[in-house]
Amino acid sequence: MNDTVVPKVEMRNISKSFPGVVANDCVDLKLRKGDVLALLGENGAGKSTLMNVLCGLYRPDRGEIYIDGKYAEIHSPRDAQKYGIGMVHQNFKLVDSMNVLENIILGLRDEPFVPDLKRVRSRLVDLASQYHLDVDPSASIWQLSVGEQQRVEILKLLYRNAEILILDEPTAVLTPQESHELNRVVHVMKQEGKSAIFITHKMEEVMEFSDHVMVLRKGKVVDETSTAETTPKELARMMVGREVLFQIEKKPMAPGKVALELSHIEALGDRGLPALKDISFRLHAGEILGIAGVAGNGQRELAEVVTGLRRSSKGKLQIDGKDMTNKSPLEIIRRGVAHIPQDRVSVGAAGDLSVASNLAMKQYRSRPLAAGIFLLQNKILDFARTLIEKFRISTPSPKTQVKFLSGGNIQKTILAREIGAARTLMIAVYPSRGLDVGATETVRRQLVSQRDAGLGVLFFSEDLDELLQISDRVAVLFEGKMMGVFDTNTVNIDHIGMLMAGMDREAGA
Amino acid sequence: MKLLFEKRKASSVPALILVPFVSFLVSLVLTALLLEIFGANPFKTFAAMAVGAFGSSHGFAETLVKAIPLMMTGLGVAIAFKLKFWNIGAEGQLTMGGVAAAGVALFMERFLPGRSLLVGALLGGLLAGALWAGVPALLKTSLKVDETLVTLMMNYIAILYSEFLYYGPWRDPKGYGFPGSRMFSADAWLPRIMGRAHIGIWIAVALAIILWIVLKRTRWGFELQVIGASQRAARYQGIAVERNIVLAVMLSGALCGLAGAFEVTGISHRLQQGLSIGYGYTAIIVAWMSQLNPLAVPFVAIALAALAVGGDQVQMVMGLPAAMGVVMQGLILFPMLAGSLFTEYRLSVVRPESKASCPDPVEE
Amino acid sequence: MDFLTSVLTITIRAGTSLTIATIGEILTERSGILNLGVEGIMLMGALSAFATVFYTHSIALGFLVAIGIGGLLALLHAFLTTTMRANQVVSGLSITLFGTGFSSFLGQRLGPASNNFRLVGLRAERIAPLAPDWAEKIPILGAFLNQDIMTYAVYLLIPIAWFFLYKTRPGLWLRSVGEDPQTADAMGIDVIKTRYFYTIIGGMLIALGGAHLSLSYTPGWSENITGGRGWIVIALVIFSMWNPARAVWGALLFGGINAVQFRLQASGTSIPASFLNMLPYAGTIIVLVVMTWWEALSKRVGAPAALGTSYMREDK
Repeated sequence: MNDTVVPKVEMRNISKSFPGVVANDCVDLKLRKGDVLALLGENGAGKSTLMNVLCGLYRPDRGEIYIDGKYAEIHSPRDAQKYGIGMVHQNFKLVDSMNVLENIILGLRDEPFVPDLKRVRSRLVDLASQYHLDVDPSASIWQLSVGEQQRVEILKLLYRNAEILILDEPTAVLTPQESHELNRVVHVMKQEGKSAIFITHKMEEVMEFSDHVMVLRKGKVVDETSTAETTPKELARMMVGREVLFQIEKKPMAPGKVALELSHIEALGDRGLPALKDISFRLHAGEILGIAGVAGNGQRELAEVVTGLRRSSKGKLQIDGKDMTNKSPLEIIRRGVAHIPQDRVSVGAAGDLSVASNLAMKQYRSRPLAAGIFLLQNKILDFARTLIEKFRISTPSPKTQVKFLSGGNIQKTILAREIGAARTLMIAVYPSRGLDVGATETVRRQLVSQRDAGLGVLFFSEDLDELLQISDRVAVLFEGKMMGVFDTNTVNIDHIGMLMAGMDREAGA
Repeated sequence: MKLLFEKRKASSVPALILVPFVSFLVSLVLTALLLEIFGANPFKTFAAMAVGAFGSSHGFAETLVKAIPLMMTGLGVAIAFKLKFWNIGAEGQLTMGGVAAAGVALFMERFLPGRSLLVGALLGGLLAGALWAGVPALLKTSLKVDETLVTLMMNYIAILYSEFLYYGPWRDPKGYGFPGSRMFSADAWLPRIMGRAHIGIWIAVALAIILWIVLKRTRWGFELQVIGASQRAARYQGIAVERNIVLAVMLSGALCGLAGAFEVTGISHRLQQGLSIGYGYTAIIVAWMSQLNPLAVPFVAIALAALAVGGDQVQMVMGLPAAMGVVMQGLILFPMLAGSLFTEYRLSVVRPESKASCPDPVEE
Repeated sequence: MDFLTSVLTITIRAGTSLTIATIGEILTERSGILNLGVEGIMLMGALSAFATVFYTHSIALGFLVAIGIGGLLALLHAFLTTTMRANQVVSGLSITLFGTGFSSFLGQRLGPASNNFRLVGLRAERIAPLAPDWAEKIPILGAFLNQDIMTYAVYLLIPIAWFFLYKTRPGLWLRSVGEDPQTADAMGIDVIKTRYFYTIIGGMLIALGGAHLSLSYTPGWSENITGGRGWIVIALVIFSMWNPARAVWGALLFGGINAVQFRLQASGTSIPASFLNMLPYAGTIIVLVVMTWWEALSKRVGAPAALGTSYMREDK
């Protein structure tokens, strides 16, 4: 597209890599003044990285930023602030124990030695009424709802005269009502001449809030278009892509008895809000049920309920025919359930312990690794060596501490341990996330062979291609609800993409 | 090009050995400087200390006398620290152990004839230490109360309580004004082997070995290691985290209590002032310097005990304050603390990345 | 002077050193650093102040040296914990151990030859009392005016410290660093510098607290001059809920117990003294338990949330 007006923000050729992953690959972005731009993409697409570069938290390996047509040196959040850039992160940068006023002026060097809080308050109240961001200035942050906290974050930026506001997944924590209010705020900001970029993976948000939308996938720009000229279906397709990686040999499904059954399970999340709402499904032995959905929609909580790490407030859980509702993790492990957790670093492995110890962590209680109260060290080492070879874990020795292994090898270690112990069920939560091609293939093959051996496999993934290839059936999880279960042979990938983004109606033909 | 501190990619064995060694050397240098400032020849001083601690059977025995409680409390503290439970209460647990052992020795003669009185006293010490440590352990696991201050405060309570006892109800009426309980009967005396050093040394060394075996070769020890490495990972594997923390901390307290029991039955033969001269706090240094490895504890304990005994000798021979030994103990820790950084991080040089370029934009 | 007034007078005297040190440690802990070296720094402060005054006859110089020593020891702690990322508990304990041993060492070497090079048993100038004669005659309130100039300085220090912490910009920044260093960093505050600065200031105040012991309260030098006060200070910080204004209550309470114990010992019984002396420590445990439980319920009135943790910004 050609424009004669100088864009408010222009990012050219931005590239940023971290060890093992290219987060941004030659990304170009243009933001016009008074515009609202949506950055759409799945987790890991590079949206947050790009915005962190813009607001000074990251330094790009390559590329330049231009504000109002002039080259901008942005090396820190303070530099970004000078250019009028401000960001509201997903984890709010607010001190819980302090009140709104204190948080607003925190870090401002212009404030006098003894800040005149009355002056701050009156300016804040003016801004609040101007932008429809009502909040009690004396309230402490911990007393505020998440929506109100977000308003404080936005007010913080406006107080600092931000012209360019970046919002990271702003509606992820809001109720529908609060989302509409946010929309109103964004409209007022546009009228005042401010520009905004917001990061999202939800189609509804894109259609409702933005004037233009840019889709990122695996670090690269897929397309940029005006919102009016596109449809959710098209956006879904761009977001999800159509690459097919490997074909995996899969025997036709011959499902046996019900290995796992959830009936009307409900559970609360860490913050006390509902994370799982009325979940019911069956998983048969010898079957892979894939759970699709962007991370943060209840996957972790669902896996934790099934493995006994989280209480369910309602509903029943049955494993292999026995009632296991709210039983301890140990009892569930004893029923032959294995779990590859989402948090591989802090939950799946103990970094300071050796690879051998980590491999033994599930089966150390009995033969052959233990005899009575004693652990048989040589048996543990043999056991470890066998698994290291079988799963091609790259480590200098079985005694190396796990924290020194690469992410992929840590995941292989966890995989090796869990697969060795699984007898009834395998719960795998994003098992191939962040892994290279070879490791990913190992993971997928292993899951399929587990299924062929007669286990039930519950498989969570954000990669739809992977899910559709491996699973026999696929279900979609969105905001804690099951959005439908489909046979992978007959399902429509676009439909799944839309369900993942929360649209449960056919939009367009 | 710039210098960076970056996290190591692999555990460096050379670093693990070099760091304590270099730290010790640095502290020797610092102490030597100090001695020079005060007009004492460092070499003569160090020599005098070494001779004092090891050069005679009397000196060696005294070194052992100080080493035994350091070993026991060092082991106790090491276990607790391995679970990341900051047990600063070794002093109090030791004291209560001494109190309990004294109580048994003084008042249970009727029920425990002969040598069983000694055994009873030692068991009493074990139990008292375990219970004294159990309180902060339960407060931590059930109410999440921080253990650092609770264990510390309980030290003072224990010391004051024992003072109350030997100034008050347990006071020896024939004590000639010297505060303390009456002497235990000979049945409650821990046999000595050399000078004032008693058989507790064998028990301590045996316990160090047993503890190492438990930690490295038993299922329970493995569970403790997992809890210490990652409580979340332990929970996820079905390990009972809270229960094990309480048990292990009580074991820690029991070891310290036993140390106290050794002191009253082996050294003083009564309950009196000076039961502990800060062993519980020095134990933290012992545990830290042993890198929480039970097998290293006896060696470190003997080394630190030698510093203290050598310091005493130096006072007599060279007119230097006895506190010399304590100063050295302090001076050792600082370089070690600073050096611990190098076991986790290393200096590296970062070269700028080579520049590839982005494809030219396609003209529409 | 009646009993209550005399007890109050001693209490305020005893509470002075506790209050200064507590305020110092509050500032340190507010930045997120736990400094368990208080006992060692107090001892070194007491010793260095006394020795300096003995030889130079200048109280002011004594204070300066104590401040210098306290600052140096605290700098060491800040360096080890912040830059070298060493364990805060062990580092603080090492400083206590070192301070205890070194002060004892110096106390036996810095004295004049006439006293065997020891400092024990010597007399030196004391901090000037500023007590008008009529103060003794006024009940209760007279106790407040029957003190030395350092105590009066503490009367001022309390509201100043309170005001600084809660009403000024740097105070706000300090609080944010202890509560949420990630957020403070994101808002442009230098977390590392803040921690260094307030740890050092804290050390200086703690050393001054020790100086008050050897130059006024005891006075003189002896090896156990602090009698565990350093640990009480750590408890007092919790007791005052990290608020300088509340520090004074705790100091008065514990100082008062000290004073009452004096009186009781005068009447000959030592039994109650032991149990009475346990009160501060048992009280601390109870306060800790109650506050932890309360904080869990209401997420309020707790330690600075990031106390004791080391801070590392994510690699960029």
